[in-house]
Amino acid sequence: MLMNDMTPDNSLARESGVTASAAASTGPMRISREHHETVGDYTVADPRITCRNVDVYYGDKRAIHAVNLDIGRNEVVAMIGPSGCGKSTFLRCLNRMNDTIESCRVTGEIELDGQDIYDKKIDVVPLRSQVGMVFQKPNPFPKSIYENVAWGPRIHGLAQNKADLNEIVETSLQKAGLWSEVKDRLEKPGTGLSGGQQQRLCIARTIAVSPEVILMDEPCSALDPIATAKIEDLIDELRQQYSIAIVTHSMQQAARVSQRTAYFHMGDLIEVGETATIFTNPVHPLTEDYITGRFG
Amino acid sequence: MTRKAISQRLRTIDIVNASMRRRNAAEKRFQIYGKLAIAAAMLFLIFMFGNIIYKGHTAFVQAFVALDISFDAQVLGLGDRRDKKSLASADYAALVKAALRQQFPDVTKRKAKRKLYKLVSSGASYQLADMVKNNPDLIGTQARVWVPADDEIDMLLKGYIDRKLPESERRLSDQQISWVETLEAKELIETRFNFNFFTHGDSRDAELAGILAALSGSFLTLLVTLTLAFPIAVATAIYLEEFAPKNKWTDIIEVNINNLAAVPSIVFGLLGLALFINWFQFPRSAPLVGGLVLTLMTLPTIIISSRAALKTVPNAIRQAALGIGASKVQMIRHHVLPLALPGMLTGTIIGMAQALGETAPLLMIGMVAFIVDVPTSIVDPSTVLPVQIFLWADSPERAFVEKTSGAIMVLLAFLIAMNAMAVAVRKKLERRW
Repeated sequence: MLMNDMTPDNSLARESGVTASAAASTGPMRISREHHETVGDYTVADPRITCRNVDVYYGDKRAIHAVNLDIGRNEVVAMIGPSGCGKSTFLRCLNRMNDTIESCRVTGEIELDGQDIYDKKIDVVPLRSQVGMVFQKPNPFPKSIYENVAWGPRIHGLAQNKADLNEIVETSLQKAGLWSEVKDRLEKPGTGLSGGQQQRLCIARTIAVSPEVILMDEPCSALDPIATAKIEDLIDELRQQYSIAIVTHSMQQAARVSQRTAYFHMGDLIEVGETATIFTNPVHPLTEDYITGRFG
Repeated sequence: MTRKAISQRLRTIDIVNASMRRRNAAEKRFQIYGKLAIAAAMLFLIFMFGNIIYKGHTAFVQAFVALDISFDAQVLGLGDRRDKKSLASADYAALVKAALRQQFPDVTKRKAKRKLYKLVSSGASYQLADMVKNNPDLIGTQARVWVPADDEIDMLLKGYIDRKLPESERRLSDQQISWVETLEAKELIETRFNFNFFTHGDSRDAELAGILAALSGSFLTLLVTLTLAFPIAVATAIYLEEFAPKNKWTDIIEVNINNLAAVPSIVFGLLGLALFINWFQFPRSAPLVGGLVLTLMTLPTIIISSRAALKTVPNAIRQAALGIGASKVQMIRHHVLPLALPGMLTGTIIGMAQALGETAPLLMIGMVAFIVDVPTSIVDPSTVLPVQIFLWADSPERAFVEKTSGAIMVLLAFLIAMNAMAVAVRKKLERRW
């Protein structure tokens, strides 16, 4: 029912990958269909989320292949890679948004603070209140700006009274850098804001429920450079409090906002490491091809 | 650029230009077809409404005759008794007859007298009875009372009977017409607004027949239909659209719902007869059973349109709500349902309009009865507007023709009022951001 467009057609992605690289005849042909072992150290000293051997299937098709990755405290992990490489799919495993796709099946272990989030006893509602998500397209509710931010705290019962709620709304909007722009029109519809403001409203909405981890799925792909710069500054500030995993198509963005970068390729996590290292001195040839623009 | 390429480019623009006239003509032609279709539809609509209003507007007025009634205890056959039972069984028709004889003293023959008495409706004596029952002090006094004229006289006054036709070819004799003309000259007969039509149930006498019983029956039936069909259909649509897994079973359910929408309505009537009346032993002819049958009939319509409305809610909204950690029910109640509700209401009103005009299934469960008393609860015997129209259209008296058209006008007014209400509610719920 949900997100049909999110389901990557793996075979198609592979074929287009082949033609794309065949056309770019300057680069060496390195497209193969076997599984690649991850290069680099995927662990961190103080992990928030640990993923081990994560496989994701859409029906019979394997979209993600044995991914191991940790997300640490107060760090931004960027996930880059060509379209259909599974980075969004992987991100959506982290708060079990993939549950809403019927054919989707996740195996392996994903732990949040040592707790397996795919355990049968785990309820997705509290999980998602801990692991918030910002989507590619700004999707404010068709309600007032105030209601957009206040709804999350209200359904979780985070505010004792109206004053509490006002406070949460104000601080969330302030953290999202939107307060000064909307404080006089909180009753106006959230959908009436500009694209960049809407995306910051969505971020405010996410942090209003005080999550531990924020997942961002290409949050700037629909925005202009000025709005993008604002969001990137915001991500950098949010890092002080939250762990952030961000999927992006822009390598510059990954370089600007993240501490660690993970390169995905056709369902495999090819390489992971310090952002600076990945972009200046990639180990795996596929990574090198991608960041130098020869592929992807 | 080679010569060939240049010549090709020129040719493209030439070809396009050459074809433009044809394309524009095709476009214009299409627009004309559309306008013609709309004009034809409007013409039929105007003809239909014009015909109904032309034939039916006279149903809202009625000829009344003024009678100088002397409420004589002797004529009533009461003597000194004034108790309720005696008052109820007194001979009020005698009062009417006496007043008519007094008005036309030269009518003496038995046969002529009987014709004279037929000038006024048999309802006149009931009217007098009600007056006396409400106020027994009237006995012994005199009063001028306007009572409904007989339907034939009513037709004469409304011009449906040609006074110039030879006597043998019309339903009223020369003598009767001369009496009416005498009354007209004395201004003792006139057409007035027919309150009766809106305050009474059906009657064998056209001049006494009213629409209220059918109107009330329709209202009660639709009330039952709405209170059952809307929640059930919305719950079904939400479950199928938001919760149910996509598998063989839900496919079968979906196919069946779509098929049910196309089942002839009389089949639902048979089902209602077998299930609700024969098995559950619910009362026959009752709005309760009618409402249940119409609920079965309208459910598929409302379910299908509610599902369509749910499908139009963007998935981004659902994801946003789930991403914050809302449960599915919270997501649906706070975000999906408010956005889908206007569409659901549109489907509901289409279903209800369908139910309002439905006759066939109600015939099967006995709502085709002759109902004089206005139903006040959902278990009272009643009929509905379309059935009433059907019954009146079937009646031989000339006066029922205008009643039929009048009832159609009431039905249309009911429908328009219902739709207007739905539009108002939808406007209120609709979000434009």
